[in-house]
Amino acid sequence: MSPRQILGQIGLWLSVFVIVSPAILFFLWMLSLSLKFEIDNAAYPPVFFPEHIAWKNYADVLASNRFLTYFINSLVVTGSATALALIVGVPAGYGIARMAAHKSAIVILIARITPGLSYLIPLFLMFQWLGLLGTLVPQIIIHLVVTVPIVIWIMIGYFETTPLELEEAALIDGATRWQVFRHVALPIAKPGIAVAFILAVIFSWNNFVFGIVLAGRETRTLPVAVYNMISFDQLSWGPLAAAALIVTLPVLLLTVLAQRQIVAGLTAGAVKGG
Amino acid sequence: MSALTQSTPAAAQSGAAPEKELRPPSYWPFVVPALVVVVAIIIFPWVFTIWMSLNEWKVGSPTTFVGLSNYLRLTSDPRFLEAVVHTIVYTALSVLLPLVFGTFAAVVFHQKFAGRGFLRGVFIMPMMATPVAIALVWTMMFHPQLGVLNYLLSLVGIPPQLWVFHPATVIPSLVLVETWQWTPLVMLIVLGGLAAIPTEPYESAQIDGANLWQVFRFITLPLIMPFLFIAGMIRMIDAVKSFDIIFAITQGGPGSASETINIYLYSVAFTYYDLGYGSAIAVVFFLLIVLLAAVMLYARQRMVWTEIESGA
Repeated sequence: MSPRQILGQIGLWLSVFVIVSPAILFFLWMLSLSLKFEIDNAAYPPVFFPEHIAWKNYADVLASNRFLTYFINSLVVTGSATALALIVGVPAGYGIARMAAHKSAIVILIARITPGLSYLIPLFLMFQWLGLLGTLVPQIIIHLVVTVPIVIWIMIGYFETTPLELEEAALIDGATRWQVFRHVALPIAKPGIAVAFILAVIFSWNNFVFGIVLAGRETRTLPVAVYNMISFDQLSWGPLAAAALIVTLPVLLLTVLAQRQIVAGLTAGAVKGG
Repeated sequence: MSALTQSTPAAAQSGAAPEKELRPPSYWPFVVPALVVVVAIIIFPWVFTIWMSLNEWKVGSPTTFVGLSNYLRLTSDPRFLEAVVHTIVYTALSVLLPLVFGTFAAVVFHQKFAGRGFLRGVFIMPMMATPVAIALVWTMMFHPQLGVLNYLLSLVGIPPQLWVFHPATVIPSLVLVETWQWTPLVMLIVLGGLAAIPTEPYESAQIDGANLWQVFRFITLPLIMPFLFIAGMIRMIDAVKSFDIIFAITQGGPGSASETINIYLYSVAFTYYDLGYGSAIAVVFFLLIVLLAAVMLYARQRMVWTEIESGA
């Protein structure tokens, strides 16, 4: 290696370090906060590696029976909103791609531009009239605002790239449109569906704004529950950080494990203007 | 095809029957369920919002039609006008900074180095993590006495700051979080652009002895411009609407120093339950976003023309 190459290597690794360290340090600090007793969290200068590890912070969060309720709420809302979005969104993406009805994507673009709060005002009133407030149904329905456009958008893009020849052959053999979709198009589209599923789950799980308006005491999802902990437990940072980490851990794991799909999905949406 | 079959009557007849059978049956049944959902949760709310914005509509009291008076009220509402200014400052910074850092990160991640895939995964974690959870930890880090940020500043001799607890520094502090969170998205988009660049210009630049900055400035940058533009557009739409981070860290405070349109909209609609006025804000807010996007598109068009002119 010439001195110039060595210098280049040093510069490269220095740049990598500068770029990645804000993310790494943040999450390590989050972990550190969540594993410290109050005395260490209130120390100045700050303590990075505590002498005594406060596993208790996690035990406290997990042991509170409310937490289990909120966790189940999050699972039900995200699970239902994602499942419903896939059921209506995958066939829709297929139909739009095959009809080449690109103008219909404008609706999805509008959905992308509209602030979430704009949906909340009319839907909030509607749920009130229907007497649904206080159940999980309003949140499941309104999370569709997030999940349905993601699924349709990604599936349009995916079905446009899958080959038509097989489908045409099946049609000539006398299969119905539905059979073609069910037995030819759908199996090929599995990777695309995986991308749509992962992104829908993450954005629904992370959603906060719908919950603070629509959730009651018993129907909070995890992000709302964590937010409510701030006002009540301002001073106990350990359990608070532990709760925050537990809420976001499933998403972080998914990000690292399904990085390829996430990158594909996000950039597909992005480059197409979504 | 149709011209061919019409040339002889016999061919037309024999062609017509199978054609009728094979005529692409409509794909509409696939789209209908989604259409119902989209109408119910996206289009209906929009129509209803516009209708509500023309009414005096408060929870618990009867509604009356008031025409455009909610919109007129906006023009003389100092809190709304202040929120517009905050939104513009917040958005401008939250577009520019991620674009600069994201481009740099993309250039670095375009190189080959050990552990690149894993490190890229770590790098995109901030934008996938739950915003509220992140906001909570940033709030702790911003704490003037116990926060780690002031400690880090003290290491390099900078006096402690009040961060989100002072009106003058609250928006830059929130932009810091937003930049940290969304630089990865810019990076991913630009990285996609870099992958599409041919290698020839770089080879000839190397022969001509161009330095790293010159190569970036005169080869890479012009070629990734379309991608930077898309990234800027997406960033703008998201930054204008930013809610979770601001709401969870400051709720628009201290005072109303970080109150953006979206935060003000929340207060009007769901703290004061003034739904008619809130709807008017939502409509104007949406039009503002569309306008900003249109301005960016126009600027892009102009840029392309000047590029062509200066090139000719």
